[in-house]
Amino acid sequence: MSLLEVTNLGISFGGLRAVDELNLQIEQGELYGLIGPNGAGKTTVFNMLTGIYEPTDGTIFLDGKDITGKRTADINKAGIARTFQNIRLFGDQSVLDNVKIGLHNSYEYSTATGIFRLPKFFSTEKEMTAKAMEILSVFGLDKSKDLLASNLPYGKQRELEIARALATEPKLLLLDEPAAGMNPNETRDLMNTIALIRKEFGVTILLIEHDMKLVSGICEKLTVLNFGRVLSQGKTSEVLNDPEVIKAYLGE
Amino acid sequence: MNAYKKLNKSTQKLLINIVVIFAVYIVVTIMDASGNLSSLMRGLLVPVCAYSLVAVGLNLCVGYLGELSLGHAGFMCIGAFTSAFFSKAFQDTIPDVPRFILALIIGTAMAAIFGFLIAIPVLRLKGDYLAIVTLAFGEIIKNVITVMYVGKDSNGFHFSLKDQMSLGMELDGKMIINGAQGISGTPRQSTFGLAVLLLIVALIITHNFVNSRTGRAVKAIRDNQIAAETVGLPITKYKLTAFTLSAAIAGVGGVLYAHNINSLTATTNNFGYNMSIMILVYVVLGGIGSFSGSIIAAVVLTLLPEMLRGLSNYRMLIYSIVLIGLMLFNWAPSILKWRQQHGLKAILSKFNKNKEVQ
Repeated sequence: MSLLEVTNLGISFGGLRAVDELNLQIEQGELYGLIGPNGAGKTTVFNMLTGIYEPTDGTIFLDGKDITGKRTADINKAGIARTFQNIRLFGDQSVLDNVKIGLHNSYEYSTATGIFRLPKFFSTEKEMTAKAMEILSVFGLDKSKDLLASNLPYGKQRELEIARALATEPKLLLLDEPAAGMNPNETRDLMNTIALIRKEFGVTILLIEHDMKLVSGICEKLTVLNFGRVLSQGKTSEVLNDPEVIKAYLGE
Repeated sequence: MNAYKKLNKSTQKLLINIVVIFAVYIVVTIMDASGNLSSLMRGLLVPVCAYSLVAVGLNLCVGYLGELSLGHAGFMCIGAFTSAFFSKAFQDTIPDVPRFILALIIGTAMAAIFGFLIAIPVLRLKGDYLAIVTLAFGEIIKNVITVMYVGKDSNGFHFSLKDQMSLGMELDGKMIINGAQGISGTPRQSTFGLAVLLLIVALIITHNFVNSRTGRAVKAIRDNQIAAETVGLPITKYKLTAFTLSAAIAGVGGVLYAHNINSLTATTNNFGYNMSIMILVYVVLGGIGSFSGSIIAAVVLTLLPEMLRGLSNYRMLIYSIVLIGLMLFNWAPSILKWRQQHGLKAILSKFNKNKEVQ
């Protein structure tokens, strides 16, 4: 059974059919790419998978469990974490705290324990900090732990967003244009980082990307969307040589 | 000094705040004992602390939850009336100290409960709408209290929303809440020392709250609600928690206020929108998100009109000029720049550097 099974997924905004009859199977451990021209409905698919939009029809199964139309927070608990195309960090909090917020559901103590500074507060906070630093060090962000998230350079902000998503211990990680706004060097670093987090965290990844070098370099399978419909689907090399895809998206 | 340096920045700040408040307390107490405090000033000591408490509570809501509430005077009102009611009703049956402690707990708890209940519908709204609805709730609370009649006689409590006569009390009965005349003859138990103690406790609680797991979640929701949801934070739960705590602290301010005056009435000036806006002014001028700033603004802006009394008609004119001045001091870019170079912080850091070099 696949980790993510999407069947006949569709959504309408009024008369606009943004996504139609999307079928998608992602296996455990895969690195899957979702590509297509601007306005094809890629981010809309992400928003449906994470419960920000409720799909008009179709079903989403994660690891055999139906998560269609569930609340965003519950979908995260079920095992999907994501990043955003326009970075959404908790800008007024430190880099460390951003990751600690990602760890929120893995470590628990009550509000009263926090207010009265009971022993459990100190022990749990210590564990959380240690775990957060461990995740930050994978991205080389451990040195900037006390900076405000909004003061990080752009590329580092993207990495922090990935770190925060990973802190929630997802089975499936959704990356929305992780290389947007990066120069070729940064993109190469990002490819290495993605390979590293697959190894370190054993997480399955679905990513949206326009950078073809990155897509062809790391994605194992691809789905191409165009006007909300699947244009082509399959192994990366086959999809990128599909004449339909070349005509609609890549250019001849 | 080493132990102090080991603490993180926010804890250091909290310690400094506590020390400063304590120092002010000692200075004022000495002035009072040596007869250097006018009776007007002496009368303001407890109210200043009460307003500071409400401002700290509102700052939690505005600065950390990121929601504008214009109804915090309403929570102060609930804290004031429930605690005064309790103190008055059990004046003869429970000794002073435990009665006040119970009154404090009841006043705080009732403000918290009402905060919670009001937050359930209200926190579904955002921005201006939320402000308007909280404003309305504050007014409703105040107005309901002004038509309440409660009395106690040998048969127990009597309650009416009409008038004193409809209570149908025995001859030995006494009024506790007498409609628009409110509660009179509440035991005056709020001392300056107690007020300062409660203020310090509130500072510690708010500091611990915003620097805990829950506080981080609350700030995350303020910074970016969608991102907070995608990392699995239960939004409603934490919004309610923060708003309830904020209302509870305002309730403590109400308890202090009620036990400092002889006759407690719910008027526009003490619990209506005037007061809510006044408290918001303390929060905004003191700096949103800065609890110590709220206290400083509350103290300055409460004492100032009283000190300017001699100027009679020009009083409010000067008051508003001071408000504008404070606003500029806090936000104008050129002044901020000047403060960075010549402010207290800059001087202190220079001082520290010189020390290290030696």
